[in-house]
Amino acid sequence: MLAGMAFYTLAAVAVVAALGVVSSRNPVHSVLFLILTFFTAAGLFVLIGAEFLAMLLVVVYVGAVAVLFLFVVMMLDVDFVELRQGFLNYLPLGALIALVLLGQIGLVASAVLQNQAVQLNPDATAQLAATNAEAVGSVLYTRYVLVFQLSGLVLFVAMIGAIVLTLRSRVGVKKQSVSRQVGRRRQDAVGLKDVRPGQGLG
Amino acid sequence: MELSGLWLEYLPVLILLALAAAIGAGFMAAAWVLAPKDPNKEKISAYECGFNAFDDARMKFDVRFYLVSILFIIFDLEVAFLFPWIFEVNEGNIFAFWSMMVFLGVLTIGFVYEWRKGALEWE
Amino acid sequence: MTSEDLLFSLSWVQPELLLAGFVLLGTLVGALFGARSTRLLNVVATAALFAAGVMALMHRPEAPQDIFAGAMSIDAFGAFAKAVIAFAAAATLLLGAEHFHRLQDQQFEFPLITVTAVLGMFVMVSANDLIALYVGVELQSLAAYVLAAWRRDDARSSEAGLKYFVLGALSSGLLLFGCSYVYGFSGSVQFDTIAAAAVEPGVGLMFGLVMVLAGLAFKMGAAPFHMWTPDVYEGAPTPVAALFAAAPKVAAVVLMARMLYEPFAGMEHEWRQVIAVLAGASMLVGAFAGLVQTNLKRLMAYSSIANMGFVLMALAAGSPEGAQAALIYIAVYLPATIGVFAVMMALRHQGQAIETIGDLAGIGQRHVGFAALLTILFFSLAGIPPLAGFWGKFEAFRASLGAGLVPLAVVGAIAAVVAAGYYLRVLATVWFSPSAPSDVRPSSGVSAVLAVVGAALCFPLLLVFMAGLEHAADAAVRASF
Repeated sequence: MLAGMAFYTLAAVAVVAALGVVSSRNPVHSVLFLILTFFTAAGLFVLIGAEFLAMLLVVVYVGAVAVLFLFVVMMLDVDFVELRQGFLNYLPLGALIALVLLGQIGLVASAVLQNQAVQLNPDATAQLAATNAEAVGSVLYTRYVLVFQLSGLVLFVAMIGAIVLTLRSRVGVKKQSVSRQVGRRRQDAVGLKDVRPGQGLG
Repeated sequence: MELSGLWLEYLPVLILLALAAAIGAGFMAAAWVLAPKDPNKEKISAYECGFNAFDDARMKFDVRFYLVSILFIIFDLEVAFLFPWIFEVNEGNIFAFWSMMVFLGVLTIGFVYEWRKGALEWE
Repeated sequence: MTSEDLLFSLSWVQPELLLAGFVLLGTLVGALFGARSTRLLNVVATAALFAAGVMALMHRPEAPQDIFAGAMSIDAFGAFAKAVIAFAAAATLLLGAEHFHRLQDQQFEFPLITVTAVLGMFVMVSANDLIALYVGVELQSLAAYVLAAWRRDDARSSEAGLKYFVLGALSSGLLLFGCSYVYGFSGSVQFDTIAAAAVEPGVGLMFGLVMVLAGLAFKMGAAPFHMWTPDVYEGAPTPVAALFAAAPKVAAVVLMARMLYEPFAGMEHEWRQVIAVLAGASMLVGAFAGLVQTNLKRLMAYSSIANMGFVLMALAAGSPEGAQAALIYIAVYLPATIGVFAVMMALRHQGQAIETIGDLAGIGQRHVGFAALLTILFFSLAGIPPLAGFWGKFEAFRASLGAGLVPLAVVGAIAAVVAAGYYLRVLATVWFSPSAPSDVRPSSGVSAVLAVVGAALCFPLLLVFMAGLEHAADAAVRASF
């Protein structure tokens, strides 16, 4: 009963917030709505007992990805009013795709109701490990070592790609070089000149 | 998981969220109720030293902010992989330990690259 | 997984280990020595790709080997595909090294990212569960997005990268959505367990299958998921476009074949309609849209769409002959495609690789050698006997007719004739156009050599080579399915 209430509240907020993402005028508001969607999705994860995923969603998506979105939204400097004018033109097509997806989800939901989906017994994993972080850990680094290392490579490519595409070396920038500062000797900087009176340094 | 157990477990978080929401809403409500306000068009328009505003308050960010935040996300994800690993190390799983060392090694090479390319320097 | 399992698994992924090791060490070398190491890294990367291809071929198992707790399955089919991918990528890497050297825009990351993309393709080729499949696809795609946007100061290249990225992310979403349905309705990510569940498929598994196929069709660039292809080819630097036209196609085709023939073998009736529609649409779109192109890179993009259609037509057969025909088709399609791109880069117009068909006007009078090369390459792409392209198309038609897919074969025949029209139109410009005042300068370099090699591989001299290829493909398929 309580769980049902929590589910419907969270689900309703998630849907409304998702609508807010696509319909709000100000892109910054869109991002804030997106954060709300992430939060409610995290709540839904908690309800099905996946608290580790819920916390990851908050840490990674709310903490990092949403901030990146904010940067990008600010960086683009797009005239969003102009951008939005295409919105109505594409609405019929978008609505059609949304309807198809909805129909699919409906069909699949009916299949689930007819018990066609495989019953994955959550208690079996729950008994093996006290928390789901532990359950993830018990297979991620051993059984799934291949995909684990490959995800490391995916992150690696993301890092190199981001640097290749955005880093520019700037010329004429004054940088601090500690080794040069420390290595500088008195002779490099100061010299004694014997200046004759009345003639200046010429 | 038994339902009441779930609620009990998350009760502190729920109380915290409720408190945060209440305080946030309280401040906004207080400002709305208590503060004297008599807005007019001139008052609420952007003020820029007496003349009309030239342009939007939003302006282009340097792309370097993006680079910094994407590098942050990558290492954030790396940390996310570390959480479940703790349990395995605690149980003395050597395989899992070295598995993570290789993973960290790959990202450390990326970090060396990043450092040498000067992606961590601002100017 | 125990240490013994790990050692056993590692012994079967030596090519992958070689590539990963190169990427990591190469990054360190590049980070320490900067742009000076570009030349060295290009050479070593090419050598590593060659070595990986040879290793995959030499060290292929008799029977499929499940490794990493079933995440990957090494077999002869995959080994054959890996060799093709590695050789194609090595050729395009050589083209890229020469191209960026001429533009004075050398970055040592180029070989590294290319090799990472190849590593992703290797994983795709050998994937034996949905997670490995997805990670392989992502590794390859992420590297490809970066490569597409490589000329970051060029608006078209940036546009290509962005478009590819946004649409690619969408298709990855479709793929994941489909994968989660498949998991939910079969209870496993492992291909063999899915295969057991697919014997009596429900509506959920069917939706999962269709979604997964849509995602993979996008990665292949098959109609109606082809819309990114022409723009990305046009915007990306020419050697990168050559890479996109070659290696990832092989990986996507092999992955598609594996999905259809292993986990979803029991749903042949369901997927055959989908694949037939994809094949027919790709052949028609590629043939008719190609007729109005003036840009050579866009033309090659539509050509690749049409060729993916023929490959899918072969796969629609659902028989081992289908997989074999697809493999042969893709293996003979690659040299011709890479050859055309190599000619485009060997002929230079004001220091740039030529881009439009108009640039080719009068080549036949001035540079007969290149004109002859182009003729061979385009004849092979058009499927004119006795060139290799003909045998590829022959196998594809034979497989689909053998499975009784007559309407699809008719569509394919129409598409083949129309597509031959635009290849011949290009050749008409080359030979018969009144010599326009184009100052195209041919260069003798790596690209010219590769163009010759590509054209030579189009000759079935090669009947010997063809017989060998057919035998290899046959053996690979028999051992794997």
